[in-house]
Amino acid sequence: MNSKSYLETKLPLLFGALFVIGLVAPFAMYPTFLMKILCYALFACAFNLLLGFAGLLSFGHAAFLGTAGYVCGLMVRDVGVTPEVGILAGTVAAGLLGWLFGSLAIRRTGIYFAMITLALAQMVFFLALQIKETGGEDGLQGVPRGHLFGIVDLSDNLAMYYLVFAIFCFGFFVIYRTIHSPFGQILKAIRENEPRAISLGYDVNKFKLIAFVISAALAGMAGATKTLVFQLASLSDVHWHASGEVVLMTLLGGLGTILGPIVGAATIVSLQTQLADSVGSWVTVIMGVIFVICVLSFRRGIIGELQALIKRSGVN
Amino acid sequence: MEIFGIPTALLGSQLLVGLINGSFYAILSLGLAIIFGLLNIINFCHGAQYMMGAFVAWIALTRFGINYWVALIAAPLIVGIVGVLIERLMLRRLYKLDHLYGLLLTFGLALIFEGIFRDQFGISGESYEVPEALTGGVNLGFMFLPIYRGWVIVASLIVCFGTWYMIERTKLGAYLRAGTENSQMVQALGINVPLLITFTYGYGVALAAFAGVLAAPIFQVNPLMGSNLIIVVFAVVVIGGMGSIMGSILTGLGLGLVEGMTKVFYPEASSVVVFVIMVIVLLVRPAGLFGKS
Repeated sequence: MNSKSYLETKLPLLFGALFVIGLVAPFAMYPTFLMKILCYALFACAFNLLLGFAGLLSFGHAAFLGTAGYVCGLMVRDVGVTPEVGILAGTVAAGLLGWLFGSLAIRRTGIYFAMITLALAQMVFFLALQIKETGGEDGLQGVPRGHLFGIVDLSDNLAMYYLVFAIFCFGFFVIYRTIHSPFGQILKAIRENEPRAISLGYDVNKFKLIAFVISAALAGMAGATKTLVFQLASLSDVHWHASGEVVLMTLLGGLGTILGPIVGAATIVSLQTQLADSVGSWVTVIMGVIFVICVLSFRRGIIGELQALIKRSGVN
Repeated sequence: MEIFGIPTALLGSQLLVGLINGSFYAILSLGLAIIFGLLNIINFCHGAQYMMGAFVAWIALTRFGINYWVALIAAPLIVGIVGVLIERLMLRRLYKLDHLYGLLLTFGLALIFEGIFRDQFGISGESYEVPEALTGGVNLGFMFLPIYRGWVIVASLIVCFGTWYMIERTKLGAYLRAGTENSQMVQALGINVPLLITFTYGYGVALAAFAGVLAAPIFQVNPLMGSNLIIVVFAVVVIGGMGSIMGSILTGLGLGLVEGMTKVFYPEASSVVVFVIMVIVLLVRPAGLFGKS
């Protein structure tokens, strides 16, 4: 790699601008809608860490989103802990589940990896459907948002928004640091050429597993937060459709770009919200069409295409 | 009569259900394995194509009065032709890329098919009557066997072993196997590999549609009937490994039986037993039962 690209030198500026936009956004738009975007954006960023930077396609990330949601919901509603403890519990649960899934799935590579994660996630779906604690098809309803640290009342949408925004920024920072660390470089090396990384002496499976656990835990953090926002942990969050959605968000925004998943999540969530009223059940078809178009002729995604555009025009 | 405290009639009927599910697993995982062998992609819309097979048969019967036997041939042909178009127009562009793109493309297609059928037919499901020649049943002494169910098992076995014979014992199959090993070499020897690939994909898809027609009178014809099945079939494929045709068939049948038995002895676990077996196989023999590591 050459020295920092034009885009990378402008990155701090861009992050600063986005941060300010994030701070003032709830005054211009409906906070619940923004919180939904932020939750899915974190989910997609966590997924992108795995697929975009380690080259591992997990088709079962909904399991982490959903499980963390259930754990957080149960802890807050039935055990009565404060929201931050609930989110932490959900994150840890998802991380543990990620460790379990990861240590099984990394035994195979490529397409098998995707199928194994999908099958394991489907097992979680069936468990969530059957056991009493998760409420089956009804999900966990009436999860109170509670008081942050026992002080700040989160039933106020604005307070809740800033909590979600803070969680998102934290998660994004963790991912950014992971990617730009020596650890992240090794992940990229594994993605580009696994046999070579092995011959250089790296314990490839260990790195893959750590990446998987980080990604799962952050996906869980998104899921736990989402449960608090909507006061609901639902079965649809563990369904394979949710796993597919996060793939689509990442692909549309730009695989392996740092901002792509955020753009992808915002686009897909807005689209779904807009379309749900007007076209009803055609939403699935439209999602499928976007998928096909992305794969056939838009593989760099929105941010990837923008980067290519800037690179072409910005050399001089 | 009882075995392990379970009435043999119950045991027999669950074994039968298991065998039928196993037949569907076998046909579907066989199709996935053939497609994977030559195209190196996992056909995620396999479940949707199975569903389309069932719907084509149902539409043919209810709208045009075309009977079951014609549908059994026509539906796989129609869905197979759709598959050929998909391969020619879309999948073909992806062969030079990472294999995961094939998975993502077919996932998108699965969403499209499922969405269209859900919009047209709702999710309540339609029933398809058992063809007249196959109604009724026979008493086997220890259990009652509905003739249609017996037919499903026989037909699946014929198709599975016919496919096995075609691949392992005929000249066309030899080309196919050679193409799986080294497609460039086969191309250099003057065989039309792109055509072979198209044919293979179409055949794999037609198998799925055939299973769909067989399933139509047993299960409800429902737009979502394929999507839940296909994930189990993925687990079956992971367990068996896609390297061997016979392996796919045997794993499919075997897992269907195991699932049926689980329904008798511990019904709560029957929906996850295949996944649990997958986990065990991954721990003990990561390459799969019939896989070459």
